[in-house]
Amino acid sequence: MSFLQFFWYAVICFLFIMFLVLDGADFGAGMAAKLLAFRPAESNMIVRSISPHWDGNEVFLVAAGGSMFATMPFWYASLFSGFYLLLFLVLVSLIFRGVAFEFNNVAETPKGKNAWMWATTLSSTAAPFLLGMLFTAMIQPVPMDNHGNIFVGLFNVINPLSILGGIAVTALCLYQGLHFFTLHANGIMRYRAASLAGNLYWAAYPVEVLFAIALFFETNFFEEHLLSTLTLLVLIVLTTFWGHLSTGMHKEVQAYVANSLTIAFVVMLIFVGLFPHVLIAQNPVNSLLIKNVSSSPFTLTVVTIVLCILLPILTAYFIWSYIIQWKRHDLSEFENTDKGAY
Amino acid sequence: MFNFALNVLPFARFQFAMTTIFHYFFIPMSIGIGLSVCIMETMYAITKNKIYQTMTKFWGRIFLLAFAVGVVTGLIQEFQFGMNWSQYSRFMGDIFGAPLAIEALLAFFLESTFLGVWMFTWDKFKPAWHALMIWLVFLASAASALWILTANSFMQHPVGYKLTSSGHVEMTSFKALLTNQQLWYEFPHVISSCIVTGSFIVAGTSAWMIFRKKSVGFFRKSMRLGLVLGIVGCLGAVTSGDLQSGYLIKDQPMKFAASEGIYNHTENPAPWSVFQLTNTKTHQEYGKIEIPYMLSFLSYHKFSGSVAGMDEANRALHKQYDGKFGKNMDYSLNVNVLFFAFRLMAAGFGGLTFIALLGLWFSRRRKNTIVKQKWLTFILFLATFAPFVINTGGWLFTELGRDPWVVYGLLPIAKAVSPSTSPASVIFTIIVYFLLFVTLASCMVFYAKKSLYKGPESIDKTIDYDNDDPFSKEAFNK
Repeated sequence: MSFLQFFWYAVICFLFIMFLVLDGADFGAGMAAKLLAFRPAESNMIVRSISPHWDGNEVFLVAAGGSMFATMPFWYASLFSGFYLLLFLVLVSLIFRGVAFEFNNVAETPKGKNAWMWATTLSSTAAPFLLGMLFTAMIQPVPMDNHGNIFVGLFNVINPLSILGGIAVTALCLYQGLHFFTLHANGIMRYRAASLAGNLYWAAYPVEVLFAIALFFETNFFEEHLLSTLTLLVLIVLTTFWGHLSTGMHKEVQAYVANSLTIAFVVMLIFVGLFPHVLIAQNPVNSLLIKNVSSSPFTLTVVTIVLCILLPILTAYFIWSYIIQWKRHDLSEFENTDKGAY
Repeated sequence: MFNFALNVLPFARFQFAMTTIFHYFFIPMSIGIGLSVCIMETMYAITKNKIYQTMTKFWGRIFLLAFAVGVVTGLIQEFQFGMNWSQYSRFMGDIFGAPLAIEALLAFFLESTFLGVWMFTWDKFKPAWHALMIWLVFLASAASALWILTANSFMQHPVGYKLTSSGHVEMTSFKALLTNQQLWYEFPHVISSCIVTGSFIVAGTSAWMIFRKKSVGFFRKSMRLGLVLGIVGCLGAVTSGDLQSGYLIKDQPMKFAASEGIYNHTENPAPWSVFQLTNTKTHQEYGKIEIPYMLSFLSYHKFSGSVAGMDEANRALHKQYDGKFGKNMDYSLNVNVLFFAFRLMAAGFGGLTFIALLGLWFSRRRKNTIVKQKWLTFILFLATFAPFVINTGGWLFTELGRDPWVVYGLLPIAKAVSPSTSPASVIFTIIVYFLLFVTLASCMVFYAKKSLYKGPESIDKTIDYDNDDPFSKEAFNK
């Protein structure tokens, strides 16, 4: 494996982390729009906190997919054609999620607004759940031929690990959304969000334990990378506890940081566990290795140069867009107005 | 499982065509309306006239609707290469992936971040700075078109690559990809047609509101801006299209001959067939209407010169590729589709230019003479939909004309499809996508119409929109 191959494996991991940390908050706020809110004004207040950002955050997923295509096309081809229907459902939920914000905003009748707010919540729940399933289905040994074509059966996609993975990612996104919202809210909503997050954290521990058990039985993470898998699992529990504790103590920034770290460790667990493979076949000789799925050194060099030029600029304006738009909203801004979230 | 020996290929192709055509309804809309909005806000920043701010916000709403549907349908594009065309992705990943990744890193981040800033910072920035945001959004979306067309151009005209021993292509020159001649004919053509699309939506829907006698002053201003931009776009599209077809004669003679419906080498000078129906089996032509000299002129910009027919092009293709791909490759194209798609573009851009000129002429005076020309405002309204048909025709022309290749001369379409995907999954997803698209399109049209009918009054009540000149005392007499 060359340095650039390793580098791009890490970059793809980083892009998925950024996607789940940033857009995860958007999914979570989308869920909270019906879970936490009782009235349209409250829903609007929650959606308002993410509405300037969700579109840009979603680009991390597109960038991750594009980077996989550019730097590891054989992985991209096998994974996406193999988990066809799961990925299709991810796309459908992301499509609904994207238009629901906009349609909710332009709808005029309370019924129409309510329907699109439900669409926001349902699609924001489905998307992370299905993505969680995809991430945990793709780390298990799959039926794959020697050309890298995957022929999945139902139980390759739906099994205890993938369902737990779906639940775990959905829960992490919900916490993330609530933390993000508390940072953008004033008054009663801020405390209701924190209190909901605090209560929901209790569910994280059993899910994490069950997840670790399922991981042991359904993947070869513990055989291949015992030390790093155990370390990351411990870190996940610790950061969850940190997030829980700081939520209870109303340390909002700390809670957000802690949960972001949990998300990062979960994605790292997957990428470290797979390493040096990208897909594991039931017949081990057919497994795909990073060194075999990559683009040519020339293409890797080209995209690396482009990334090195663009990343600092991108980071700068991305952070700037968050900073200049940071504001704590009051519920009163959203009462008695037909304006919607924006 | 069932085994009806169904081939996945036609379904995968149909799905690609359907999702891409639908996606491409909204891309030119958002790029085109985006440019109009940029110009409106720039006018506001310069003149400080409130009516331009209202215009920006008003058309901005419609822009946002188009943008939202464009973004979400674009997600499908990013992933379906892997899903349905995994063999293609393996063959082409080394070249195709890079522009796609750069498109995301360079263009998508920029446009969505600055759109988010633009939407929520009306009071935070001075008008000029705020206008800069929307310009960045427009430039980024134009840049994304450049990158995706870089990838598309390679499929039409491969450059800067080598074939490896394992049978896929590898990039040897990134510069060659970016300086691909095909790209620099295609990109201006696509951007021009995007401008046409957006401008005619602004102009056509404004004409409709004038037809309904609502806020005539406001919509007259919007319509004139749309028409001027529309003419600029049409001229750009025709010029770049003309240059492109001159290039096509040399680069893909088969596609060119098919678009003209000629099988045999033409006489010199060559006549241009305005209309004909072709039987592709017997090579017979029906109902042919010809203009003498015209094809020579269109091809070479002079009144002499002959053009090779499909039979000749077919022999050349067999000679060139039989060694590698065998004698059984079928190079024949869908002549009738290509023939009419080409004429649709030519007639479409010509017709739109003509009615745009009429629209400008009849709305030239400050007093609302245009209100009385109901026939014209109605035709202008119908013209709103024309660019969608023209764009689709253009893409069908380019992409069907690439048959039987997915990458010209390198990979036949039949070898690009995913081997692991079952026809059942593709048919299922086609049905769901179709239902989804119908829902999205209806909601989008429904809400765009609502926005339009709410009128500029819903944004700023303090301006008199019936009058052309908000500062004059002379109110328009209904």
